[in-house]
Order: sequence, then C-alpha cells, then structure tokens
Amino acid sequence: MKAFTYERAESPAAAAKAAALTRGARFIAGGTNLLDLMKLEIEQPAHLIDVGRLPMAAIAPTPEGGLTIGAAATNTAVAADAQVRARYPVLSQAILAGGSPQLRNKASVGGNLLQRTRCAYFYDTSKPCNKRQPGSGCGALEGLNRNAAIFGASTACIATHTSDMAVALAALNARVETVSPSGDARSIPVTDLHRLPGDMPHVETVLVPGELITAVTLPPPPAGGQAYRKVRDRASYAGGLASVAVAGGNLAFGMVALKPWRASQAEGALKAGASPAEAIGRELEGASPRGRNDFKIPLVARLAAAAVDEARNNKMGGRGA
Amino acid sequence: MRTTITVNGEARSLDLDPRTTLLDALREILKLTGAKKGCDHGQCGACTVLVNGVRINACLSLAVMHDGDEVVSIEGVGTPDRLHPVQAAFLNQDAFQCGYCTPGQICSTLGLLAELEAGQPSQETPPGARPELTDDEIRERMSGNICRCSAYPQIVAAIRQAAEQMA
Repeated sequence: MKAFTYERAESPAAAAKAAALTRGARFIAGGTNLLDLMKLEIEQPAHLIDVGRLPMAAIAPTPEGGLTIGAAATNTAVAADAQVRARYPVLSQAILAGGSPQLRNKASVGGNLLQRTRCAYFYDTSKPCNKRQPGSGCGALEGLNRNAAIFGASTACIATHTSDMAVALAALNARVETVSPSGDARSIPVTDLHRLPGDMPHVETVLVPGELITAVTLPPPPAGGQAYRKVRDRASYAGGLASVAVAGGNLAFGMVALKPWRASQAEGALKAGASPAEAIGRELEGASPRGRNDFKIPLVARLAAAAVDEARNNKMGGRGA
Repeated sequence: MRTTITVNGEARSLDLDPRTTLLDALREILKLTGAKKGCDHGQCGACTVLVNGVRINACLSLAVMHDGDEVVSIEGVGTPDRLHPVQAAFLNQDAFQCGYCTPGQICSTLGLLAELEAGQPSQETPPGARPELTDDEIRERMSGNICRCSAYPQIVAAIRQAAEQMA
C-alpha cells in the first residue's frame, strides 16, 4: 500500500470541501472495497477523508411517504431495517445477496454505490485496462469476458457494475443526495449516477471532484409486488453473473452493464400488455454480447421472467419481506 | 497517528502509520496473533474480530478508523481453563483440523449469534419472518469464513450446540 495521510471529517460539507482542496483525496467509510484496491495499488490515494462516523447513518421516513437512508448506514443496517423489510423488500433481499456478513457489517450505502468493477483486467495490473490506466486498452474485449456487459458497453470498456443494492435502488426510483465542495446539495436519480463507459471508462459517475453522497431517498414503493433474483457461481458470497430487481412495473437488471440497467423497453412492453417473456425479449434485442458472455441473454430472459412472476405472486399473496 | 483502541477490555494507545490495518495492529504491534492473515482481502474470514460487538474483517479496516472502539479478538473470548461455550463446542464437535481458520470461525460465530438474536435477516430468511437457527441459516451466515480442511459439517454442528447451550 502506498503511503497516505488520514483525517476524520467534521461534517459532510467540510468533508466535501477538504476533498476538493486536497490533491489525491478520497473518501473512506467502510473501506471494504477501497482498502482491497489500495493493497493491490490499483487505488493510490494520497489522502483519506474518513466519513464513516459522520451523523449520516439514519434511516427515516420522508414527508412524502418514502424513506431516506443515510449514506453511512451499513448494508446490514439497511437490510435489517423494519421499514425497509416491510415496504421495500427488494432492497433488503438485494443487499443480502451481496458480499458476506462481515463485509455487509462494514460496507456503507455510499460506498456500495461507488464500488469499482470486479472485471479481472481491472484487478490485474499486468494487463491493459482503460478504467485503471486510461489509454492502455481493454483486455476483456477479446479476453476472458464471461462476466462482461451485454448492454451499454463500448470498445474501450465492457466491464460491469457489480452492486446488488444499486439494482434494487434503480427499480425503486431512488435518488442519490449529495453535497458539493461549495456546500450545495443536489439530488440525482440513481439511474443517472453512473456513466456508461463511452471513450472515458475511468470517469465512472456524474459526481464532481469532492462531491459527497450523503443519503439515498426512496419514494413511496410502487404499487405491486417486489422480487430480487440473482445467479452466481456459488450459492453465497460470490459476485453475480446476472440479477433482476422487480418493483411493481419497474424492472432493473444487474451485472449486465456498467450501471444498474433499467429495462425500460421491457417495462413499456409489459405496460402495453405483453407477456413477461415477450417484454424481456424486447429489452434483450438491444443486447450486444462478446462471445463468452452470450449465455447472459437466455439467462437474463429466464431470470427476469421468473422475477416478474415472483413479484406478481408476492403481491397476490400479500407477502412482505 | 495516535489512536486508542480498547482491545479485549484493555485500552491500548498506539502510534500508527495510517496504513496499518486493524489486523496488523493486533498481530504485529499488540502481538495478538490469534486473528489470522489468510487472504488479506476480505475473502477468507480468518481475520474476523468483533468491533463494538459486530463481526468484521480486520484486514479490510484501518486501525486509525477504530479510535475509541472496543475490539474483541479470539484472545478475549475465553482461556484454556475457562473456554467460552462456542470454543467448547468447536472442540467437542471436532470442528477443525489444522485450526488456522478457527479463531475467525469462532469470532464469526459470536457475531452470527448476536445477529440472530437481533432478528437480522439473511438471504435464507423467509420474507418478513424472524430468522431461526436452521442449518441453512448457519451455512449462509458463515459463508464469509472459509475452511480449507473442509470441517464445515462439524462447524455447523458446533454452532448448533453452542447456540443450544447458550439459549
């Protein structure tokens, strides 16, 4: 690990300001992803600003009938929260499908959203990766791309965003609340937080330097049932090959793009009366697999149809989470 | 950087390079070598300790992030003369072979039992329900602890035994 300096932030606004003023600064909360990458020297921050103890871990109802979740809340706290389990079961289930208990006990909501890709070429510093080293190329394009994106990729990067939580947040129309170095707050739809790779895969979000995520806000849950389905190589504690979150008529796919992929084509078709299989097929017409990940098309087709069925059954049975 | 951490009930004041992980502070500075450095990347669970009663991977946390925290490692769980019920159950059920992962398995079990007591769900918990100590729940909740000797069936049995004794 490269040497760095460390400070504990006094307030969210002060943290954002300090991050913008200090060269090479990064926020740290749980640290479960950042420290892993720092040990590999993929991340080399010169300064860490610890935001993990800031008073932004509360989970509370909003006046609009939704829920606000502090960015420093642990993944465990969110998944176990009674309001989340009762009204947003897809969020609880998605979080519990990711990582291990030890990681979820430490990992924060903000850090989960901003976690880096698990693409093997990003992790292997002896290989080209435009995300890690802009301009070096993409080793995954013609390489081991079994877990690569099938939506929204570019010739510069075919990596995926691997968060489970973000997929549920996308289906729930969540918004990401931030504070900028100038002290201004803004609210960003979670589906607009992450950028598709284009020709700048190293620029991963729309956040400006120093901008700090302070909370995630959920609107009231959409009418209808919810469900989360994930397929991975092991039954537990493994990154996903694909996942699907359903919340009412909203549908989002995970591990198939560099952001949680809101399946708007499928949603439109479902609304127009198409069967789940037809609607999901419509979405998958836009998929561009790379060979070793061709299997994700039939996998997502089946997984999404099953998740839509499960959500509808959950609604009929009145089952909460 | 000056950091005070209460380790196994004793306040320890440390002057740390910020790079020092909690695991390295325990092992290299405080010479508490019970928590093991297996993978050092949060994948194996051999470094599991309790921080303020919650299990985490000590390898994926900086010691300076734990100023004022209470840490319990395996050295603070029991002694050879006075084994904790979880330790006794691991011995009784032969829940290890080489023993390298065992301190992490035992600390993880303590965290698991507290999480169950608090009603925290896992992916094995039926929606809306309070979790129960089924074998599937134990296996899922211990998925962050790897045992290369593959003592898993005995580990599940030990956790059941300990939970019954402690109930």
